[in-house]
Amino acid sequence: MEDGLARPELDVLPGLSQVIRLRAGGSYQVDSASLALALMAGPSRGGAWCAAVGWDDFGAEAAAELGVVLERTILVPDPGEAWLEATAALVDVTALVLVKPPVRVPEGVAAKLSARLRKRGAVLVSLGSWPRPEALISVAEPQWTGLGRGEGHLQSRQVVVEVRRGAAPPRRTALRFPSLDGVTVAERVETPGQARRPLREVG
Amino acid sequence: MRTLVVWCPDWPVMAALAERDLPGHLPAAVFAANVVQACNGGARDFGIRRGMRRRDAQSRCPELIVLDQVPERDARAFERVLAALEELRPGVAPLRPGLVALRSPGRFYGGEPEAGAVISECLVGLGVRDVRIGIADELFTAEQAARRAEIQQSLVIPAGESGVFLRTLPVDVLDEPETVGLLRRLGLHTLADLAGLPTETVRSRFGQRAAWIHRVVHGGGARPLATRTPPPELVCEVDFEPALDSAETVCFSARQTAERFVAQLGQRQLVCTEVVVGVEADGALASERRWLHPRWFGPVDLIDRLHWQLVGSLRVGDLRSAITRVRFTPETVASAGDHADGLWGGTDARVERGIARVQGMLGQDSVVAPVLQGGRSPADRQARVPWGERSQGLRPRGLPWPGSIPPPAPARVFPEPWAAGVLDAAGRPIAMLARGAMSGEPARFKPGAAETWQPVAAWAGPWPVDERWWEDGRQVVRFQLVGVDGRAWLVTCDGAAWITEAAYD
Repeated sequence: MEDGLARPELDVLPGLSQVIRLRAGGSYQVDSASLALALMAGPSRGGAWCAAVGWDDFGAEAAAELGVVLERTILVPDPGEAWLEATAALVDVTALVLVKPPVRVPEGVAAKLSARLRKRGAVLVSLGSWPRPEALISVAEPQWTGLGRGEGHLQSRQVVVEVRRGAAPPRRTALRFPSLDGVTVAERVETPGQARRPLREVG
Repeated sequence: MRTLVVWCPDWPVMAALAERDLPGHLPAAVFAANVVQACNGGARDFGIRRGMRRRDAQSRCPELIVLDQVPERDARAFERVLAALEELRPGVAPLRPGLVALRSPGRFYGGEPEAGAVISECLVGLGVRDVRIGIADELFTAEQAARRAEIQQSLVIPAGESGVFLRTLPVDVLDEPETVGLLRRLGLHTLADLAGLPTETVRSRFGQRAAWIHRVVHGGGARPLATRTPPPELVCEVDFEPALDSAETVCFSARQTAERFVAQLGQRQLVCTEVVVGVEADGALASERRWLHPRWFGPVDLIDRLHWQLVGSLRVGDLRSAITRVRFTPETVASAGDHADGLWGGTDARVERGIARVQGMLGQDSVVAPVLQGGRSPADRQARVPWGERSQGLRPRGLPWPGSIPPPAPARVFPEPWAAGVLDAAGRPIAMLARGAMSGEPARFKPGAAETWQPVAAWAGPWPVDERWWEDGRQVVRFQLVGVDGRAWLVTCDGAAWITEAAYD
């Protein structure tokens, strides 16, 4: 971005592409593991290698359901103190690295890694706070459907995904993620507030 | 051509025990698919044999050490033996881990028995005690001789007497159970009986291998050894006489060596991505450091690293006297083709290099590949395989697995389940009664120590698990709980205690 060239974008799953764009060289902060896996699924389905550093609770089956190709996924579940070095080494060779920073990340470290990301054209998705992310993606108001009081099972979830880029006002989108049919990962929900209401007399 | 075969019996067991730092005399066996693949002498004393089922083996010897079959480990451990043999006699032909052939050194050691003694002494020095050596005119006879030699002894079959030796052997040495069975039923019990048959008959009735052995018994059928080329020596060093005491002079004098180091790698189509630079002062190693390069080392990069290391060591005080020697050791080399920039982006070999770097930092097992398998709980349905090793013993996914949870799968699967709490409307902990009944409906729950108590908004279950019901008091029942904050958890009652296994985050 600094050299004036448009940065290429990474693939994002069809249902999410209207909501989130991953630009090569950016770092993104996410607060939901399933959303992070869904972001990983886009480049992974497109043939790129992806990695997850510090995720000791990686749900491989959920990742596969979302479309992550596990054969091209590298896990470093317990990097310990060397999580930053491991992340940097994997940034060199993969398109997207998920990381769960165990400690607060100093700004200088993030800036150095960010330079490396831009050089390699990779994307960093952090589950947990990351200094000055390109976008801050959070999931709010989750509502699960499919189960009641002792019957049914979890089927689909309606969430509001909030994307905050810098100082701009956050963009909120209602999504069904995972969706009901189990085939498409996410689909947009038309909220009643967006539909045009008939005019009526006031006062 | 005289051939010498070195046989280390029960190599898979020996390699596995050595890896675990266990003594070799304990009864142990290597299993694949619950069938004994190899066992050691201690296990054989209890009557354990190859091909025996695991439960039979363990019933004969309950303290039997059960080891998994890992061919990579066997080959890795045998590399040490090959390197030692190459020191004595270049041109070794590894047949499989534990068995290696080489051209017999002949008169160099004063005779063939003496050569065998030198080799077995060398291997015993490496810690491989059970070594047997066979020397004969060709490979098959030498291997059979090695199998009949005493421990740390060699059995020499004189030139031209292979046939005499082989005629005494039973037909089992064919190593083809069907053919052996057929020969036995025909009343042919030794190779002498087989040798008595006409060549054409053997070829048409008993197949290729029997025909080949028939030819060997008659003094033909020798095959040349496929010897391996020893790995090249890539270390470069330079000595300074008189010794140098300034970093600049050392770097200037080491420049040619650095160029030679890169050039000799280049001739083999290799590049070095990790190098160990060692500096000796007064004949003792004064400073040694490992340097990584994001791409690969050129001569200038090497000299830079040497300069940084010298300046650093001089400042800290590691180097007090003048420098006599600098050594460059390539720690990781890669094919030069992997590092050329591709026209269409990176290659998988580049990824492998990145993984190798992380493994170099954190250890071999730190990088894993996630794989799916069959199972009932989310943690059982996935496995982690160390990168570069083959996944083994995975449960098949195609089976129905009653009691497993329908999709979607949880995004977070805790490696160690969290201790949870689930209460009913009256505030009592919920207990599981007989036949999957519950003492009450869940009303409040706490998924883990870091979470707070909250009311249950919706729940599903119980999913009883028909697993290990014969273990006393074990009744596993799973629930999906959704709290009022909208987050969903997979909570399990494991007999008495409640645990959280996974989160639908």
